[in-house]
Amino acid sequence: MNTYDTFDYDVLVIGAGGAGLRAAIEASAHGVTVGLICKSLLGKAHTVMAEGGVAAALSNVDERDNWKVHFTDTMRGGQYLNNWRMAELHAKEAPDRVRELEAWGALFDRTKDGKILQRNFGGHKYPRLAHVGDRTGLEMIRTLQDHGIHQGVSVHMEFTIISLLKSGDRVSGALGYDRERGRFNVFRSKAVVLATGGVGRAYKITSNSWEYTGDGHSLAYRAGAELIDMEFLQFHPTGMVWPPSVQGILVTEGVRGEGGILLNKEGRRFMFDDIPDLYRNQTADNEEEGWRYTQGDRNARRPPELLTRDHVARCIVREIKAGRGSPHGGVFLDISWIKEKIPNAAEVIKKKLPSMYHQFKKLADIDITKEPMEVGPTTHYMMGGIRVDADTQMSTVPGLFAAGECAAGLHGANRLGGNSLSDLLVFGKRAGEYAALFAKEHGFEKVDDTKVKSIVGESLQPFGRANGENPFQVQYDLQDMMQDLVGIVRNEAEMQQAVTELKKLQERAQNVKVVGNREYNGGWHTALDLQNLLTVSEAIALAALQRKESRGAHFREDYPSKDDQNGKFNSVVRITADGQMEIRKDSLPEIREDLKQIIAELK
Amino acid sequence: MATVSFTIFRGNSPDTGAFETYSTETDEGMVVLDAVHKIQAEQANDLSVRWNCKAGKCGSCSAEINGMPKLMCMTRLSDLPLDKPVLLQPMKAFPLIKDLVTNVSWNFDVKKKIKKFKPRPPDNTDGTWRIAQEDVDRVQEFRKCIECFLCQDVCHVLREHRMHDQFIGPRFLVYSAALEMHPLDTEDRLPDLKNSEGIGLCNITKCCTAVCPEEIHITDNAIIPLKERVVDRFYDPWHWFLRLFKKS
Repeated sequence: MNTYDTFDYDVLVIGAGGAGLRAAIEASAHGVTVGLICKSLLGKAHTVMAEGGVAAALSNVDERDNWKVHFTDTMRGGQYLNNWRMAELHAKEAPDRVRELEAWGALFDRTKDGKILQRNFGGHKYPRLAHVGDRTGLEMIRTLQDHGIHQGVSVHMEFTIISLLKSGDRVSGALGYDRERGRFNVFRSKAVVLATGGVGRAYKITSNSWEYTGDGHSLAYRAGAELIDMEFLQFHPTGMVWPPSVQGILVTEGVRGEGGILLNKEGRRFMFDDIPDLYRNQTADNEEEGWRYTQGDRNARRPPELLTRDHVARCIVREIKAGRGSPHGGVFLDISWIKEKIPNAAEVIKKKLPSMYHQFKKLADIDITKEPMEVGPTTHYMMGGIRVDADTQMSTVPGLFAAGECAAGLHGANRLGGNSLSDLLVFGKRAGEYAALFAKEHGFEKVDDTKVKSIVGESLQPFGRANGENPFQVQYDLQDMMQDLVGIVRNEAEMQQAVTELKKLQERAQNVKVVGNREYNGGWHTALDLQNLLTVSEAIALAALQRKESRGAHFREDYPSKDDQNGKFNSVVRITADGQMEIRKDSLPEIREDLKQIIAELK
Repeated sequence: MATVSFTIFRGNSPDTGAFETYSTETDEGMVVLDAVHKIQAEQANDLSVRWNCKAGKCGSCSAEINGMPKLMCMTRLSDLPLDKPVLLQPMKAFPLIKDLVTNVSWNFDVKKKIKKFKPRPPDNTDGTWRIAQEDVDRVQEFRKCIECFLCQDVCHVLREHRMHDQFIGPRFLVYSAALEMHPLDTEDRLPDLKNSEGIGLCNITKCCTAVCPEEIHITDNAIIPLKERVVDRFYDPWHWFLRLFKKS
């Protein structure tokens, strides 16, 4: 059978994107030993794909900005379902976290007087996103990586965790395998930080990489932690739609921030047709004002293209459904039109949006300085996730912490662009710090060998099946089903059907067959990922069924309005003693009085 | 659409591995990685391929396509001759793991040995610096690097001469250039570049520049300026004379 090596770390960080790296750096700075698990190679995690920028009220471009405005914008964007304490900490601490990156070598674009430049983004009142062209995520992950490798963190690359280990109520480590050779390892640890990112691979059309299979959500759930707000899955309004093989690849909101406009096939700027009341005061009522806003006119209001992502995505779906879409089932996003306004438009576009220029030129034969892009919504970001304490990031399971996309609370019903890069810095740091403090107060626990052997045995079962199913096929069918039945526009009947389909898929997943051996075996990896994808899919479907209203990213055609009487709750998902998924509603905690006043003042 | 054949290296050792040919249906706009995924899902579930973003941003899916080091996610089938099978092989400069996947961990070890960023004291009391955009631009070119290691793969010092223990390769010369030209950095990496990192071994054939998917001017903008600095410091007669004078 399988012998395994054991590693001991005071703090084990699972996931090496921005949140995981930041947590590992912080934990290490507190003098504990740290192990960092990367599902892929170091520096390749999904943070690398973030484009537009990191939101922080540095007030370098507009001195009217401050943490209170950022806090209010975040709460409004999240339709007030956010954990207010997280929103407060995030708004207050993001500027320091960004400046700290500069001290570690990051080079952001500059203002004329040499400060960090900030750009406009959807739902942010003032220019707030520190950025590096449209490759901010790469700059961030590389900065954290290059700093982190000198901080004494032990890195395990291409390693997948398949189960957390517990001792009594407390988390005491994790079990996983290296993808290269398929050997199992046990990690004993005093505290674990989950920083595994999102769930986008449960859907057919997504901007997410293969790693986004809900591992952290699922590991925490199976360890008894609560998940909240799982119905709130963000569909980014602008993904590529053509050619088919690039469907879903992200087109940054920065295109709209730099003046890009959305048009239907009739050439109409349809975003002006529907402006929500919550944003009416802040939105331009004519095209000229919108343009001036993108060019830094402080007295202009934002163009409707820069409304929140949930709203823009729905407007695009409306146009497509009404038959006013582009030839390949999207709408047009045009940045080339700015040549009417500025003389050197092509150079400006290439300078401000180099990756977008490159991406369309290379993958779609489109020159974005000359012609419009075709775009449509793509599964992008999970607002829901592991329920954590706002200050410490500890989940409902002692010793288990979570940060970044796999944790929930900050973004409520809808995340603002740029708030996820700041989220992972602020709460990555906090998770690392409090995990280290927790580790200092607790010891290593003995590993339950029988338990380990049973999990290992289970994970190897697909190799022995003679007549099992192809794991890739099960994954494709799951992705199609979630896309069709629990997508952007939802209703009761379809989601009930999804729950039934999920049961069938669950059975099929139990009977997949893996060929070959354990070395870097894509089929085996997919077979194991499937369990996590099915868990998060079930949580999404149950939470979406429970919420009988439309709010933020969750839109139901059978309940198209917001219901403030009955809608102000967090959906809570948990595993029962007999292994079933249980869902309930928790009423929202009361917002602290001074924060309430800030929201009222800045309305 | 059209049926296309792919001849893919299979196996976990260059000696025992062999090429296998697969035919698959292709669709408009497909890239090589799409075809590999289709083959993996439909015909060879255990095919090993490393990838992440499929958008040219993470630099994971490096391989040799018809003999050329490329990212599989950014190579469109329509840009390849399809009348004969497309040849797919793992990178040759690194040890093979299996099929199209190689062990690139040497790169991570090399990076760790390069002296880290060391900023000058902050310009302002709030701990911040003032930096001009022009000073940022120069280094941002190098910081575009996605660490796909295709430049390492094509570099003959590593690929043919296997001098991994004496030469850090183009990727880490770019990395060193980014640090040396960083407007805030105060560290001195020139002695290491000359001595342990083998900058003299590069004879500027520009193969690295030719394969860079980020179109970084590796040779012209990174390596040559570093070589010039090393030469100025260690070989310029005037500097040499001054050093003598200082010593005495």
